[in-house]
Amino acid sequence: MPRPHLYLLAALLVAFGISHYSDRIDPYYLDVIIGIGINTILAVSLNLVNGYTGQFSLGHAGFMSVGAYLAAAVSLFLGPRLLGEEGGTAIQQGLLFLGALTAGGLGAALAGLLVGVPSLRLKGDYLALVTLGFGEIIRVIFQNVEFLGGALGLNGIPAYTSIFWVLAFVALSVFTVTCLVNSTYGRGFLATKDDEVASEAVGLNTTRYKIVAFVIGAFFAGAAGGLYGHFKMTITPTGFDFTKSIEIVVMVILGGMGNTLGVILAAILLTLLPEVLRPIAEYRMIIYSLLLIILMIMRPQGLFNFKLGKVKS
Amino acid sequence: MSEFLQQLLNGLSLGAIYALIALGYTMVYGVLRFINFAHSDVFMVGAFIGYYIGQKVPQNTIGGGLVVLLGAMLGCALLGMLIERLCYRPLRGAATLNVLITAIGVSLLLEYSGQVFFGATPRTFPSVFPSTNFAFGDLVISSNQVVVIVVTALLMVGLQLIVYRTKIGTAMRAVSLNPKAAQLVGVNNDVVISFTFGLGSALAGAGGILYALNYPSIDPLMGVMPGLKAFVAAVLGGIGNIPGAALGGLLLGTVETFVNGSQWSTYKDAIAFAILIIILLFRPAGLLGKVSVEKV
Repeated sequence: MPRPHLYLLAALLVAFGISHYSDRIDPYYLDVIIGIGINTILAVSLNLVNGYTGQFSLGHAGFMSVGAYLAAAVSLFLGPRLLGEEGGTAIQQGLLFLGALTAGGLGAALAGLLVGVPSLRLKGDYLALVTLGFGEIIRVIFQNVEFLGGALGLNGIPAYTSIFWVLAFVALSVFTVTCLVNSTYGRGFLATKDDEVASEAVGLNTTRYKIVAFVIGAFFAGAAGGLYGHFKMTITPTGFDFTKSIEIVVMVILGGMGNTLGVILAAILLTLLPEVLRPIAEYRMIIYSLLLIILMIMRPQGLFNFKLGKVKS
Repeated sequence: MSEFLQQLLNGLSLGAIYALIALGYTMVYGVLRFINFAHSDVFMVGAFIGYYIGQKVPQNTIGGGLVVLLGAMLGCALLGMLIERLCYRPLRGAATLNVLITAIGVSLLLEYSGQVFFGATPRTFPSVFPSTNFAFGDLVISSNQVVVIVVTALLMVGLQLIVYRTKIGTAMRAVSLNPKAAQLVGVNNDVVISFTFGLGSALAGAGGILYALNYPSIDPLMGVMPGLKAFVAAVLGGIGNIPGAALGGLLLGTVETFVNGSQWSTYKDAIAFAILIIILLFRPAGLLGKVSVEKV
């Protein structure tokens, strides 16, 4: 992709343009679009770990919760002090929100580093279980911290999330992942996935690649968590359980692991599907699980992956 | 001191159930080298089969209890073999990741079909075995704990006999050691794998009944936590190793019960994962497992 920075700039301008006219869009559609955006950030960032680097993580919701809690804590506890009683101007709020999202992302990235360094020595099934275990441990910890609301979670988070912030972070996550993977350095992610032993033999530090992928993935999961918290205005530890991780994993697999465009399409599809299928909502997870099994048996390269000859069994 | 003994006893009876589930993980890992995520949901289905049979049999009798136990084991064995035939056999030889994802899919399918067909609200498991408490001084043993320990011990002895004294058991060990070589000397791998799934699932079904006797509130997601902990037990003992799974289960159940009785009780679900992580970092082969060298 030539001149990726221009694309990012254009995307940010488009986001700004759309948000300018957002009050003319039906609030229901606006909510759906924000939901799609948050899921896209989660899926694209998980795709860097599970897809491009080939390390199967089941703990993405855990990193999302770290970001959500940290960002919410910044705007709940730090916000009133910085902005004063009045609540500040729109620009001040925007800056505070940016700070909160960055803090949430960095906190999640730190959690990603702490989890990744020990667990990325493991492979396949074990890695999946350890990341799942860490996700559960993070949840149990949040349930036990009184300061963060315990099992009840945090309420009354200011509704800072707007379509602009969501689209901007979607653009940023897609830009980061695409540029990273297509760079000279980033080829190492693909090499790590394709053959770890061969990559090490030609001098790549595969452990470092895995950790870098994990940390960057966790950063965007944290930012998405921050966006989610300031969108729903309330967060609970159980909102970020194993099921949420699975939902993101399904998006990545459906889109075709290591295929950003496909993953974005899958995120859109899987966010719209429950909206359309609301009358049969109780069957949603059954459909997801059947989809997983059938895809793995019939079309393991994903639904939206049309490159032929690249899939090896 | 008596409190310590009481906790130890409670821990052992919980650990016995973990051990039963862990055996299924370990045996499937032995022959197919993958983690059967759906195992914990077979355990749940076992409890529900028991719930429905339990309505039909006389309550509080040993005979009725045995009918429930055997029915659940048979039902789960058939379910396990069906899952293997439909979902895992088409993927024989596929990449590990694909099999893993399929297993997660099967697990979710069972859980959410359970929520639709059985309903998401918890149900009360009938007391099918006679229930009384025996007191030895300060020590109180419930008859359900006796049932758990006796049934587990019998099933483990039976399993040991099947694996080491029968032809199919020898075939299982052969497939576990080297599937290709086993096939060359005339072992039908498909039959052996199917049998292993049936055997492991039957143990999970028995585990489901025993668990429901002691914690009589059952719901379609009841398998998730015991399943994960039993998996931790299997890894703790050394995955693929049958005595290891039993040892790991007993250890984990005891540790968890003691944590539950202490001031850290709200963290009891995190303990199992903490143990898993420590074990995988310092001794990935588990307590009784053999350290294997990866060949390139």
